[in-house]
Amino acid sequence: MRCRKEKLIRYGFTAAAFTALVFLVGIVAVLFTEALPLFRKVRVADFLFGRVWYPTGEPADFGILPLIAGSFWVTLGALLVCVPLGVGSALYLNELAGPKQKAVLKPAVEILAGVPSIVYGFFGMVVIAPLLQDLLGLPIGLCAFTASLILGLMATPTVASVAEDALGFVPRSFREASFALGADRWRTLTKVVIPAAGSGISTAIILGMSRAIGETMTVLMVAGGAAIIPASAFDPVRPMTSAIAAEMGEAPVGGEHYHALFAIALVLFLVTFVFNIAAELISRRFRLKLGHAR
Amino acid sequence: MKKSELVQKAGFAFLALCMGLTVFSLLSIIVFLAVKGSGVISWEFLTAAPADSMTAGGIAPVILGTFYLTLGAVLFALPPGLACAVYLTEYSPKGWTVNLVRISVNNLAGVPSVVFGLFGLAVFVKFFGFGVSILSGSLTLGVLILPVIISASQEALIAVPQSLREASLALGATQWETIRRVVVPAALPGILTGVILSLGRAAGETAPILFTAAAFYIRGYPRSPMSEVMALPYHIYALMTEGTRPELQTRIAYGSSLVLLLMVLLMSAAAIFIRQRQRRTWHA
Repeated sequence: MRCRKEKLIRYGFTAAAFTALVFLVGIVAVLFTEALPLFRKVRVADFLFGRVWYPTGEPADFGILPLIAGSFWVTLGALLVCVPLGVGSALYLNELAGPKQKAVLKPAVEILAGVPSIVYGFFGMVVIAPLLQDLLGLPIGLCAFTASLILGLMATPTVASVAEDALGFVPRSFREASFALGADRWRTLTKVVIPAAGSGISTAIILGMSRAIGETMTVLMVAGGAAIIPASAFDPVRPMTSAIAAEMGEAPVGGEHYHALFAIALVLFLVTFVFNIAAELISRRFRLKLGHAR
Repeated sequence: MKKSELVQKAGFAFLALCMGLTVFSLLSIIVFLAVKGSGVISWEFLTAAPADSMTAGGIAPVILGTFYLTLGAVLFALPPGLACAVYLTEYSPKGWTVNLVRISVNNLAGVPSVVFGLFGLAVFVKFFGFGVSILSGSLTLGVLILPVIISASQEALIAVPQSLREASLALGATQWETIRRVVVPAALPGILTGVILSLGRAAGETAPILFTAAAFYIRGYPRSPMSEVMALPYHIYALMTEGTRPELQTRIAYGSSLVLLLMVLLMSAAAIFIRQRQRRTWHA
């Protein structure tokens, strides 16, 4: 009796263990089924490489190249901000900060990672955009440059936290060996510690990138929203996420536009999926290499 | 001074600059909103309903809406999330399932929030016919925070010393009794940390509720789980992008942003505090 109860409970837990997998598969299934009807009318190549996004036109154009370009440039710009700031901060925390400083700075960075994206978007809209417009003499403050800057700041705490964890995995013996050979702290840092933590740091960067490309509200509010392939960093852009968020409310359910937005989400999902898998593989190899296999 | 010393000095100065810039820019956002928002927040602002088509009055129904959505999300995500973590740590700590589940948890955590919104729209709003409602929004946010709850609970359960389990089993308790009476209670502070973190996450998310729960303006307070709802993050977005009186609306957006920011920051600070105390307990 008791044994059977235990068995049943065990089965229950086994079933629950797959919830996350079920939802992940569910998301993929939903995206595919809702996106497929579009591809009966629009060829995949025309969708991915079409240069005109005009879903409400007669006839409608469903080329998402401008949206992909928007996501690409904004993410690249964000990386230029969050990689030096995030990795630099992680190195500072790991190498230079004393125990007291670290006790304050590390939780502070973790707490800042939790600031909601809408707050960044709002701040960008009321402060950064007007400021940059004045400072640089731009025709509009809401553009790819502003979006990159804010996204980069947003992703910085994520990059810093993950990179700092990776640096913490580097065994002390590595440093000691380097010091014993007569290297100073900077040489030890650049020639020993950073290479040893290299794949951990790349994981941090990939996760930051994944966060930037999937970020919605911030870009919706500050990127400007024009579905054009930008000619300069100061052009307004419409990244994939903001196209979905801005247009889903108006797209009639079951129409071509509706399916096209699901198809964009599918592209977005696949891109972040590849990033996440890459981060997973790299970080596993990293742990094995440093003998922290779990 | 030798060249290598100069290089080291310059390098360290650069790292300090990076740290300084990070902390400065992020703090300046918080300080700016605190300064601008504190003038708006008053007792009336927190307890009254919006008035004059969102240009005056308070945000009480909006705060309440966020409260319902977040609470609902945790109610939906905690039971399966905790059960998943228990299975992984207690029943099958080394099986192939662990890797599969870990990969799916990590990937689910990396899915862009707007994709969750579309998933919720297609599944909860349309397929199950819950419509645009608190129920649909909570379920969508529940899926979003599931990975947070699983990871945090798993970490908390792993941290429980093996000797506690062995002692319980040695006294003749079954595995289920050990889990229910010994392991989960011991891991409770860590699980609580995960719950608080996910509350903060769910409260701040906008994109998932955009098509599943949120409305720009509703008269009065939400009455049933099937009603549309106003929520803080969407309220800020709507105030900045819709309506006809930007100056008056921006003022309310400042207040709403500060309220949201304080809620989220207090929650993540509480979570970090509990976690640090917890670490000390086991490692003492």
